[in-house]
Amino acid sequence: MSGAARRDGPIAATTPDGSRLHLQHGPIDLVIEAFGEPAAVAAGYRRAWDRFQPLLDELVAELPALRRPLPEQRAAEPTGPVARRMADAVRPFSADIFITPMAAVAGAVADEICAALAAGGELRRAYVNDGGDIALLLQPGERLDVGLVAVPRRPVLAGKTTIVASDPVRGVATSGRHGRSFSLGIADAVTVLAADAARADAAATVIANAVDLPGHPAIRRVPAAELEPDSDLGGREVTAEVGPLGPDEVDRALAHGVAQAERMRSRGLIVAAVLCLDERIRTVGLPDGSAGRGPSEPVLASGGFGSRAPR
Amino acid sequence: MSQDTVTCDACPIRCVIKPGRTGSCDRYGNVDGLLVRVDPLLVLERTREQGGAVVPFAAREGDWEGELVPAGDVFVTGAGSGTTYPDYKPAPFIVSARIDGVDTVTVVTEAIFSYCGVDVKIDTDRHVGAERQVVRARGEPVGHVTTGQYGSQMLSLGGVNHLTGGSKREGVVTMEALLALCNVEPVELSVEDGADLVLQAGQPPRINGVVEERMRVGCGSATIGMFAKQWFGHVDEVVVVDDHITGVLSEHQAGRYLEIPATGIRVKGRRSTPGRYFNVANPGTGWGGTDIEDPLSILDAFDPAVARPGLTLLMIGTTGEHHAYFVLDDELRPVPRPLPDDLRLSVERIAENCEPAMTSVLFMAGAGGSLRAGATVNPVALTRSVNRTLTRVTCGGAPVYVWPGGGITFMVDVTRVPPGAFGYVPTPALVAPLEFTMRLDDYAALGGHMDAVVPIGDVLARPDVRRG
Repeated sequence: MSGAARRDGPIAATTPDGSRLHLQHGPIDLVIEAFGEPAAVAAGYRRAWDRFQPLLDELVAELPALRRPLPEQRAAEPTGPVARRMADAVRPFSADIFITPMAAVAGAVADEICAALAAGGELRRAYVNDGGDIALLLQPGERLDVGLVAVPRRPVLAGKTTIVASDPVRGVATSGRHGRSFSLGIADAVTVLAADAARADAAATVIANAVDLPGHPAIRRVPAAELEPDSDLGGREVTAEVGPLGPDEVDRALAHGVAQAERMRSRGLIVAAVLCLDERIRTVGLPDGSAGRGPSEPVLASGGFGSRAPR
Repeated sequence: MSQDTVTCDACPIRCVIKPGRTGSCDRYGNVDGLLVRVDPLLVLERTREQGGAVVPFAAREGDWEGELVPAGDVFVTGAGSGTTYPDYKPAPFIVSARIDGVDTVTVVTEAIFSYCGVDVKIDTDRHVGAERQVVRARGEPVGHVTTGQYGSQMLSLGGVNHLTGGSKREGVVTMEALLALCNVEPVELSVEDGADLVLQAGQPPRINGVVEERMRVGCGSATIGMFAKQWFGHVDEVVVVDDHITGVLSEHQAGRYLEIPATGIRVKGRRSTPGRYFNVANPGTGWGGTDIEDPLSILDAFDPAVARPGLTLLMIGTTGEHHAYFVLDDELRPVPRPLPDDLRLSVERIAENCEPAMTSVLFMAGAGGSLRAGATVNPVALTRSVNRTLTRVTCGGAPVYVWPGGGITFMVDVTRVPPGAFGYVPTPALVAPLEFTMRLDDYAALGGHMDAVVPIGDVLARPDVRRG
């Protein structure tokens, strides 16, 4: 017998206007919208729900392994489909830096559910938004507008970009120090466009960690385990508070992140990135002016505090 | 690891949460060493087709058919609303809406119940403990066995005398047991001189480690009545073993009617009417709710003047779970034999006719106290309005039964309350959502906080509202 909670099972609901599907289980919160004939949408939502129900339990079964970096995996690598997506997404970074598959968990969940949506072949266009990490389904000729939130505390759109089906982008993810996860860096938000959401998620984490000013006195850091005893980051110091920074310092921190993002881009790991700190924005791989300009009406927004899908 | 750390059990991840922080979902947090739900306000969709009843706020596992929920009316529940103190402050949400064309007000709060408990119905014929025996959780008295009902045993757990009337530990353990039962979690209990139980609302009870699968089809006598015709011609004698009334086919009215000849069987126990026996054994967890493991132990030797070698005998419990088949040898002793196929059908039919055994938990609490001041400046007016059924009371949107008499004392099926809606305060007392819905003009008439009424649209626009 134990405290206030019960074992809450997976939950499905549609938004009041009936257009979007909301799936939730534990920390997983998905907002899903598929576009097409009503019967096709309903069938897609049904597949998403079927795939979603056992998903968290599958993940939890492998959680201890997923909280360790790949080189430390004692037994075989993770076997579940979501776990494999996570491991594959962080593999390109694991030789150089400390990273665990958990860095890609949100994106990998979005990809897995998006794959379930796509399985029927009848949907033209869909997205699965897992707290700001978004997987996209785009059939040839389709497009989706993605809005970018620069300052998570103020969820106004700082810019938007349009993903067309011929782009090699099916994932958008945002990482930073304001979300649910800890960050080793000081970026307010780093949004990455990549081949899928898991890869975007892992890359955004790595770039956001790189936006940093090591040893700066205005930055207070705390070992992750002091905040969350079971964090995959263990004793590594995560950013707790960032005091006032000068404009030069902001630019210097951003430059570290941009350098990291450029390296990833040249390795083909990401397509583009938008880096935000203290209301200053740098982009990698986007045409000039595509971020930072006033938005029109994007279908999606990606930001540190979950996301909204303004209609 | 720090004493103050809490391991959350709301989902399979089981986050370890430090004081002042939340788990990975941001829904549950550690507040002063206690696991507390920090959810935003829960809002329910309402459909007209159900005549004002509230639909589940979201489909649970397996029962969602992929249909799109139409944009229906919306009902604000007390789950996650928080509470106000001191009590004269208006309740956290006093919401106006038009329901079926009538301007209504719903006073939404989370009530703290010092006076509360649960009544538990356990579908079983097994003996769980004598009436008035103490029920314990983790060694502390948390309630008692009250009575037997149709196919079931009843417990009363909690109540003010356990929550605040005993030792500090008794109160805390009682509160934890009630909270778990109300939130549809399993709870381990033991009855003095009785059974060890694992109970969970909506699930079969576990009694002394055995999951009870079926309610009995009826008492032993009723079972004879139901199946006499199906046994006729296939077996000479049937004994249905039951703790309440053991039935004997050849002596029973049903057997007489079918002109089944006497068999010379002699059953121990106290004969009530022909073919019906009380007290064939002691209550227990064996055959038919008795302590019998060997059914022949309730039989005396067959009467040699009537019985004959080769006579066949079926003995069976009231759920079909226990059964045995015998043939008398030359010394008129019953010898076990495999159950013939033509009898197997009737045995299976008894099992098939038993309803699945369940545990049901009704939360009962009184909201007659100062909480009413959050709804109106004239608290007794709210009570009167409820008593006159002008005001509808709901618990997390679930319908309640309001007791006649003083106060606002109600009962609710915990499985109809949204998941995780029950909480607690260290008093110890339980916290549960509570909503009072009435016509806007009735609300004004009973001295409601009219200046605190907000349109439902404003509530739905709040960033901390969680919708199903």
